[in-house]
Formats: sequence, structure tokens, C-alpha cells
Amino acid sequence: MPKVTVDGQEIEVPDGATVLQACELAGKEIPRFCYHERLSIAGNCRMCLVEVKPGPPKPQASCALPATDGQEIRTDSEMVKTAREGVMEFLLINHPLDCPICDQGGECDLQDQSVAYGRGATRYEENKRAVTEKYMGPLIKTVMTRCIHCTRCVRFSEEIAGVDEIGALYRGEDMQITTYLEQAAEHELSANVIDLCPVGALTSRPYAFEARPWELKKTLSIDVSDAVGSNIRLDSRGREVMRALPRINDDVNEEWISDKTRYQVDGLSKRRLDKVFMRKRGKLQPASWDEAFKAIAKAKPGNSIAAIAGDMVDCETMFAAKTLLEACGSSLIEGRQTGMDYDVSNLAAVNFNSTFAGIETADAILIVGSHIRWEAPLVNVRIRKAVKRGARVFVVGPQWDTTYPAQFLGEDLAVLGELPKDVVDAFAGADRPAIIMGGAALAKGALGAGLAFAETHKLVREGWNGFNVLHFSAARMGGLMLGFAQKGGMKDIAAAGPKVVISLGADEMDFEPFADSLKVYIGHHGDKGAHAADIILPGSSFAEKDGTYVNTEGRVQFAERAVFAPGDAREDWTILRALADALKVEVGFDSFAELQANMIREVPALGEEGLAGYGDLPKGGSTAKAEGRITAYPIKDFYLTNPIARASAVMQQCSSELLGSGELAEAAE
Amino acid sequence: MADRSLAPDTPDLRERWGGFEFTESYRTRADRAIARYPEGRQRSAVMPLLDLAQRQVGEETNTQGWLPLPVIEYVADYLDMPVIRVLEVATFYFMYNLRPVGKYHVQVCGTTPCMLRGSDGLLAACSKRGMKKGHVSEDGLWTLTEVECMGNCATAPMVQINDDNYEDLTPERLDAVLDALAKGEQPKTGTQEPGRHTSEPAGGPTTLTEMVDANHDYRKEW
Repeated sequence: MPKVTVDGQEIEVPDGATVLQACELAGKEIPRFCYHERLSIAGNCRMCLVEVKPGPPKPQASCALPATDGQEIRTDSEMVKTAREGVMEFLLINHPLDCPICDQGGECDLQDQSVAYGRGATRYEENKRAVTEKYMGPLIKTVMTRCIHCTRCVRFSEEIAGVDEIGALYRGEDMQITTYLEQAAEHELSANVIDLCPVGALTSRPYAFEARPWELKKTLSIDVSDAVGSNIRLDSRGREVMRALPRINDDVNEEWISDKTRYQVDGLSKRRLDKVFMRKRGKLQPASWDEAFKAIAKAKPGNSIAAIAGDMVDCETMFAAKTLLEACGSSLIEGRQTGMDYDVSNLAAVNFNSTFAGIETADAILIVGSHIRWEAPLVNVRIRKAVKRGARVFVVGPQWDTTYPAQFLGEDLAVLGELPKDVVDAFAGADRPAIIMGGAALAKGALGAGLAFAETHKLVREGWNGFNVLHFSAARMGGLMLGFAQKGGMKDIAAAGPKVVISLGADEMDFEPFADSLKVYIGHHGDKGAHAADIILPGSSFAEKDGTYVNTEGRVQFAERAVFAPGDAREDWTILRALADALKVEVGFDSFAELQANMIREVPALGEEGLAGYGDLPKGGSTAKAEGRITAYPIKDFYLTNPIARASAVMQQCSSELLGSGELAEAAE
Repeated sequence: MADRSLAPDTPDLRERWGGFEFTESYRTRADRAIARYPEGRQRSAVMPLLDLAQRQVGEETNTQGWLPLPVIEYVADYLDMPVIRVLEVATFYFMYNLRPVGKYHVQVCGTTPCMLRGSDGLLAACSKRGMKKGHVSEDGLWTLTEVECMGNCATAPMVQINDDNYEDLTPERLDAVLDALAKGEQPKTGTQEPGRHTSEPAGGPTTLTEMVDANHDYRKEW
């Protein structure tokens, strides 16, 4: 541990730290543009110059200089001040003065740092460089004249996303950042370069000229587009969510979010259910809350009532529904709407036990039936990191582009029982072996075989649990903790033939077996579920209610309300509470706080942020065999997996432009 | 120098170069270049391969050669690397031509020492022959480019034509060189100053004079 002196203050820094990190540890602010904690060091912006002794008598780039014992670092000397001013002046030579029309304005590193470290006035009177616009797809808007060539975007796409699609062409003053032949950036994480860009060169295309950062109300929320539970910040103005940005959480999403998380929010104001609808003579027609509740009461469900939880509901909503059904005397609750019926007697067996941060350290990974890039792009980033550290990855299932070297073992699940020798060897020699079971594998009933694999290859050992199930529904783990699972899955519900089926935003379920039931849809988007429903009660999306979510690793997280639901829509729990009155049953809560307290009393783990902890894996399943072929993954279109995304114009555009799934009129040129 | 840009990606370009492949002899040389690096590091050979590809294109078109996009893609494919990374290299070094050039690529150095020694006259001589910066002359023989320092300051001014340097030029000497090339002859390369061999001081050595004829041990005289 080297000891260095920063501005006269002696501190000890970790081995391998750079001078910049040493300065930060000492509490000094070092201006920077190209340096980023999660990317490799480039050292090309020169903004982080400091004075270091011993060494050449000139300012040195602190980001690329290792801290060594006895260094004397000065960040406050005259030399450093002049150096920063000089670098800033050079950077601004070719940077346009278009801050008033720049979307980065107000959250621009260059703006902030030129105020803090610049000279104050320009001496430059020559012509400025101009660079042509570059097309980077429907999400990234470019104004390349503003680019200061920090290459963060290039390094992100190469190192984190694993897709070499952005590069720096030409040299010197003519250097230009672009994708190959200006093709659209196609990676699911591509829009993170917008956050990384320290200037306004790469900004958000859908959010262009929408709002200034200081007009926005910032709300801490949790993403519901997949089961990763990315920590996000919803920026809203008035009643509209303007954008979603990542929050830093090293355990979950580091500081990235997927493009779907970021850009589905415009779907929050489209195709919304903002009125009560009832089916009259085969047609859905506006109605009043009173009429709707009366109609439900008239169906006299008694205990013949079922509730199906959708993919994006919060735990409180599910618990309220569960309480309501219990009060009615029913236990017909299910969250696996597509009909999966895996065993949930031990939640550790359906959990991502390694944790996302842990999977990075795995050294042999078997992926069974999961298109991870689409089901959880941020987990794919973690696996990519593991591969960079030397992990070997094997995949059972149809081919997909992994962004790292992986060996595909075919589509036949029987391979789990008779793995090729090199796979067996890889797992035998691994210190931290892991398996990741995806939705496609669970649907084929391969969970038992996965557990058998875990037992034979000792995936659970001291300080390591390598058995993972990767869900892709934000509500899944929460639902399972609340008991939203029947032994036979949806089949059991259908077999019970309930008089009333409450769909809590369940759009993916098959409504056909419930043709005779009164179908009540409590949700926020006019999607498949609403089309099939007899009564629609407008609810709230994740942005419009407080709620608890549990991600696929069993991490309990709270989201806050950012805006109010549109029109007549109400928070889901209030609807269920009113329904209880209509059905003349007692549910024991009159406020959200009471509801939450009841929920935590029943499932204490939901009251504590962090990993829930489900104990040990079930023992003795080593005889289970898997059969069948995984011919396709459940997600057909990454950009249109949930009702919000399907309502989002941006996601539709991404889908048709990047995945070529639909027809989109070409812009007239 | 600053006006480098990629040739547009047109169907014609794709049709002409889409089927590009190394010939037998170029493939051997390419594989030899790759073999210089450890296995899995084949990307390191991107620069020699781009050069070889450019030369082969040159042979096929009877010019110095250039790098059409499909050829760049071929090299990327050959080295199993992302094409954007190859394009970065190809656009960075101006020895790689991004647009078609003539049979002779006349690169006149215009950096300070050459400029002081009369490179303006060389450029004027070139334009008198109909050459225009960045353009292929009508007969397809010449392409003129002004370049930065080529490292021949001791024998300034100089031009580089394809693989050879011609130094100590005057407009007349350059004319003689270009005339010879136009006739298909190979003019003497290097310095054009009569009596000068390489870059030794003009008018005989001024230092280490004792070393001219035989080795001399200067150490006693320090």
C-alpha cells in the first residue's frame, strides 16, 4: 500500500491505484473527461493534469499515472491551474458555443468544468472545425461538432457492450466518432453512451429538446422491463415522465441500463387506460367505477375467484389481491401467466443465487435455455466480464450472438445428462462453476435436471452458490415469495373454473380457458389483457405508485411514485380495496402503509431492502433428467416485451429499424 | 492533407470490389505477416495486410492502389476483427489511400524545412503539369498530395512517389524525374544532387572528417 502526499496530506492508497484515484481518496476533485471508472484508461483528454514529484518537471496526466510510494502530488499549484486552463482552452477551440440549443446544457461536464477550471474568456478568433452529423440509430442523436474525442463511447461499446460498432476515424483535428458506414448502433445497451458522453455530442434522440434538467422532478425508481431490477431515476415534469436514467448500484446494474428501460417511458403516456370500461353487448364501453363494482358483485364469485399477476406489478398490489382472495376464501393465485409450472417449494431453486456481482467471478458457466442478451442485458455484461477473466461459457439452446466466446451445445436438453467431455472437464476444474437456467428451460421442465447438474458438479460450495435461475419478469420473485404459484400453474386455475378472474396487468396469459369467467383487468395499458377483459379497471404503472419489487436474485427494492396516473386511473391497491367493499369482505387495510405493514408481517423479507435469502438448495434431485428441444426463446422481440414498451413509439421504431420486425416507412431523403 | 474521406459506398463499388480476394502470392505474404504474431493475436497484422491489399488493388488497376470498402471488409474478415477497427487504422495512416489514385502518387512534403528549401516551387511544377491536389490527372498517371514531414529534412525538399523518395529537388529536377516516370523509366532514387550519395552534408563532411577514408579512434581526443 503506497503512501502518497496529496496537497500536503499524507494518505495510504490501495495497490494499483492511480494518482487520480489517490487524489480522490484525499477528497480532491480532479477534472476529467476521458477517464471513467468502469472503462479502460485512455489518457487522451489531458484534463486531469496534476503536479507530481518525483518526476519530470511538467504536469502529468493523473488518470494514467500509477501512485507509488513517496509521491508528492499537488493539485492546487499554479502549474496545475495553468495546465487545466490551457487544456480547457484547447478543448474549447473546436467546441461550438451552442449551449443554449444543446440538450446537454445543465448537465454537461464541459460546461461545468469550464466554469470551474477554465480561463473565463476566449482568445480564439479563427474558424472552428465542423463535423458532419453521424447517424447512430433511432436512440442516439449526434452533433459531432461538439465531440471532444474522449473516446468513452468507443471504449464502452468495445469493452462493456462487447460489440465493436463505434470507432474513431481519421486523425488529429479530423478525428470523427462514428459507427461503420453510419449504421445504427444495435446493441441493447447502446444508449448508455449518451450518459457517458461528457459533452452534447451524443444526446438522446427521443428526448431531444424536451426539457432542461433543472425543470425535472427526480424520483428514485426501479425498472420493471426485466427481472434485473435496474435502479433508475425517473425524471418527470408535471404529469409526464420525461426520461429514465440509471442510478449507480454496483450490485445490480452498475451504472448502465438497457435501452428498453431507458426508452419505454414514452409508452407511459400512450394507449393508457384512463377510464373504467365494461363489455356491453360484446363491446367495451366506458362505465363508472360504481357500475363496474356492482357488476363484479353481481357475479357472486364467492370463493370462485382467481387472480393472475402480470409481469410488472409490485408486491403490494399482489399482496392486496392475495388478501382479497383469501378474504373471499380462495387461494387461486398465479403469477406465471404463460403456464409454467416449475416447483416452487424451495425458492432457492428458482433464484439467481450467485448474485449478479458474483457471476462475474464464475469461471465456468452453463447457460440453459436463456437468451441472456435479451432476457437480461445487464447480466450478459456481467458474464462478459467473467469471460474476460477467463471463464468458459457453454450454452444449451438455439444460437444467439453472445458478445463473448461461448460454445453452443445444441438445442436438445438431453445434453444435460450426457455433457461432452470438455464441458465436464471445464466444470471439474472450475473453482466457481455456475449454471444459469432461463425461461425456455423452465418451460420445458428442466429445473430438476439443472438441480441435478448442480449436485453432480458441486455448484454449491464454501462461499459460493452457482445455481441460478434467470427470470425476466420484474414481478416474478416477489410473486413467488407471496405465493403466487399453483402446483400445476395456470392449468390448475383454469381447471378450477373461477367465476371471476382478476388479471393484475397480465397480458401474456391465455384468456381462452376463462371464456366463461368474468374477466376483470386491473392494469394500465390497453394491451392484450384489456382486449380480452369484460371489465377494465384502470390502474397505475410502476411510475405512478410506490411499490416493492424483488429482482431475479431475490433483491428487495423499493420504487417511489414519480407522477400521478392519468384520468380516472387509481393506484392498484385502492382498486382492490374498493373491490373488497363491493364483495363485502374484510381485507384489513385502509392505507398503503397498512397494506405494506400487513405484507411485511406475512413475508418479513419484503420489508428489508437487499437480498432476501432463501436458504439452501433442495437436496436429492440428482436423478431428474431433462428432455425435449429448446427450439425458441420466449422473447421474440427485445424491444416489445411488455405493455409499456409495446405502447412506446420509440420501442416500436427500434423494433422495426433494428430488428427489422416490421415495416417502417423510410424517411424521405 | 486534411481532405481525406472515404469513397462512398455505392453499388458500383460493391460490384467492382465485392469479390476481392488475395491472390496466391499475396496470400502467402499475408499469412507470413500474420505468423509474426502469437496465435490469437492475428489482429496485429492489420497494417501489413492493409498494405498488401492496397498493393494488390494497385496491380489490378495499374495504379499505386487504394482501399475500397469491400477490400477493407475483406481484410477485417481475414483477420477476424471488427471492420470498424480496421477502418480506424486505414483512415488514420495516410499511406493508405481511401480514394482511387493514379499510377504515380506524388506526395510533396510541405512541412517547414522543405517549404523553406522550395517545396512551393515543386508544387507549382506539379500543377503546371496538370496535377491538382487530391485528384487523379486526366491521363490517369498522377495523383498529387501535399504531405507532412517525411523525415528527409537534411535533403529537403523532397517528394515521395509510390515507394521511392526523390530528394534535393528543384522544379527542374522534379520535372526530369516525372518525365522519366511518364516514359516508363525508373529514375535514380534518393538525392538528386550531383555528387551527393545520401544525406551526408552537402559539400563534404564537416565533422568526423578523419573517418572519411578509414576508421579513426576519436576517443583519445575527447
